[in-house]
Amino acid sequence: MWVYTDKVRELFNNPKNVGEVEDADGVGEVGSLSCGDALKLTFKLDDKGRIIDAKFQTFGCASAIASSSALTEMIIGKTLDEAAKITNQDIVEFLGGLPDKKMHCSVMGQEALRAAIANYRGEKLPKEDSEIVCECFGVSEKEIVDAIQHNSLTTLEQVTDYTKAGGGCGNCHERIEAILQEIMGQAGAEPKPEKPAKPRLSNIQRMKLIEDTLEKEIKPSLAKDGGSIELVDIDGDRVLVSLRGACATCAASDITLKHYVESKLRELVTDTLVVEEVSP
Amino acid sequence: MKTIYVDNNATTRVAPEVFEEMTPYLTELYGNPSSMHFFGGQVQQKVEEARERVAGLLGARPQEIIFTSCGTESDNAAIMSALQCNPEKRHVLTTRVEHPAVKNLVAHLKRQGYRVTELPVDRHGLISMEDVSQAITADTAIVSVMWANNETGVLFPVEEIATLAKSRGVIFHTDAVQAVGKIPINMAESQIDMLSLSGHKLHAPKGIGVLYVRRGTRFAPFVIGGHQEGGRRGGTENVPYIIGLGKACEMAAIDIEEKNLKVKSLRDKLENGLLEMVGNSIINGDREQRLPNTSSISFEYVEGESILLKLSDKGICASSGSACTSGSLEPSHVLRAMGVPFTAAHGSIRFSLSSYNTEEEIDYILEVVPPIIEQLREISPFWKGAMTQSCAAS
Repeated sequence: MWVYTDKVRELFNNPKNVGEVEDADGVGEVGSLSCGDALKLTFKLDDKGRIIDAKFQTFGCASAIASSSALTEMIIGKTLDEAAKITNQDIVEFLGGLPDKKMHCSVMGQEALRAAIANYRGEKLPKEDSEIVCECFGVSEKEIVDAIQHNSLTTLEQVTDYTKAGGGCGNCHERIEAILQEIMGQAGAEPKPEKPAKPRLSNIQRMKLIEDTLEKEIKPSLAKDGGSIELVDIDGDRVLVSLRGACATCAASDITLKHYVESKLRELVTDTLVVEEVSP
Repeated sequence: MKTIYVDNNATTRVAPEVFEEMTPYLTELYGNPSSMHFFGGQVQQKVEEARERVAGLLGARPQEIIFTSCGTESDNAAIMSALQCNPEKRHVLTTRVEHPAVKNLVAHLKRQGYRVTELPVDRHGLISMEDVSQAITADTAIVSVMWANNETGVLFPVEEIATLAKSRGVIFHTDAVQAVGKIPINMAESQIDMLSLSGHKLHAPKGIGVLYVRRGTRFAPFVIGGHQEGGRRGGTENVPYIIGLGKACEMAAIDIEEKNLKVKSLRDKLENGLLEMVGNSIINGDREQRLPNTSSISFEYVEGESILLKLSDKGICASSGSACTSGSLEPSHVLRAMGVPFTAAHGSIRFSLSSYNTEEEIDYILEVVPPIIEQLREISPFWKGAMTQSCAAS
């Protein structure tokens, strides 16, 4: 069982500022049902630009609810510039600490706040331009980099605790390790080994390699989630596939296709390949 | 605060009679059953009596009972033995909803080069006999299918699968950890080759298990050591626990059907009451092919850990298949294999009863749960549709 601080338990049992602010000036939504937690933050500003009211709705565990409640208490009375400085660590401090495995709840609070402020200002969030690293939980490279830098993370487990990235299928573990290496390496400045150039392949060799990669690399990995993939045709650089099993009905399948199947094929065969889904 | 314990698929209370039976062997009667003197000999007699009692509950012969340290060891021993005895065969057939004792073992075997088939289940948690039949090949060393699922209580047609496996010359093992004591089992009229059980699921202490191995089934020991257990499991016997398990099995065998009918009626009362009082609640798993004591119920749009914590504050001990409670970030592999939608999987609560539960306790749970769900739904952004649910859009 988790050990929560008294403050977490108090805010979980008697959360403050539950609901939705009417005519909100800023709305921030992060997370989803499939990810296991989600937070909708709304706030209203007074005529001096201070947050006069803030409310939350949260789906999630006790620490997610407590983090959300804490967040609303922390931002009320602040200007947006002051509020924007609040980090997940401030939320953790307010709560008197969170278990390691629950750090992502505080990060969710910080992200909802950023999203709500960006929504008010009509700005795009930087993460929207950033590549998704963890497909299972939709975590971008920017979010991972931020969490590593703000919390001085050094291990994959910590990144998962703070952002959830890597907590699902595990396909992105290498990418996360690479990001960690890069950030930690900036202090030590270790030169990155150059990738060996891929040998030129004949058409038949290339087709065979695509087939082999699908069979030996991609299929077993999709099978872990009850999915599968069939090669339908190869047309130049276009690899036509059809998804089967759980993948066929999964809402995240297009992400799987682009970010996993395509990048794997590019990595192991040719970096110009494009994967397209066709009906069987 | 009174403790209402409805988490009996996790572990059960040690029956006072079991404890009483064990105590002398934790104190004065400390002899080693292997010793030549009277002091050890009397202990050995008691161990053999326990073996007979376990065999009695299973409808087995005492020689078919091997004492182990736990259900996990039994599962490991069964599968590893089948592979060792059939070194030319490289295929293991199981399901996607097994306990980690089997699931993680076969994942390990896969990494070692074995071929593993994990059969899918439908949305009721059931497997298809046709799938089983198609998946058995000449290369299959063992079929291992749990008797009852720990999360949903769904029962698998293990007798039918055992018969099929036998007809194809393949060893069949069942992890019956959740089934033993809850449904009648008679190995004398069964084709099952190996069966695992665990003491602490039927009111014996933690740390004792059994592997049943049918007479005539080839067996290679998993724990290699002394001559104990007929050379099939080395290591000095865990005497007090073996004796405790014997007593627990003897007690479980008495009025097994009546006792479980009573448990079932309490479970049904709880389940029907919750379904009636709490909207958007769903039972996970087939309601017919199911253990009498288990109810896995999902409350949509709320998260399991939050529910458990609030229940715990009221003295109610249950468990959840939600991600947050397991320390993993994804809901249980069982619910995912069944295709339970995320709206429901994260809010699943498992109530598992025992014959110690009372009608008053069920009434109390029925009083406590609905306001908790209501309270959490008030906080949830999904309950009144304030937020839609896309994943990668976060």
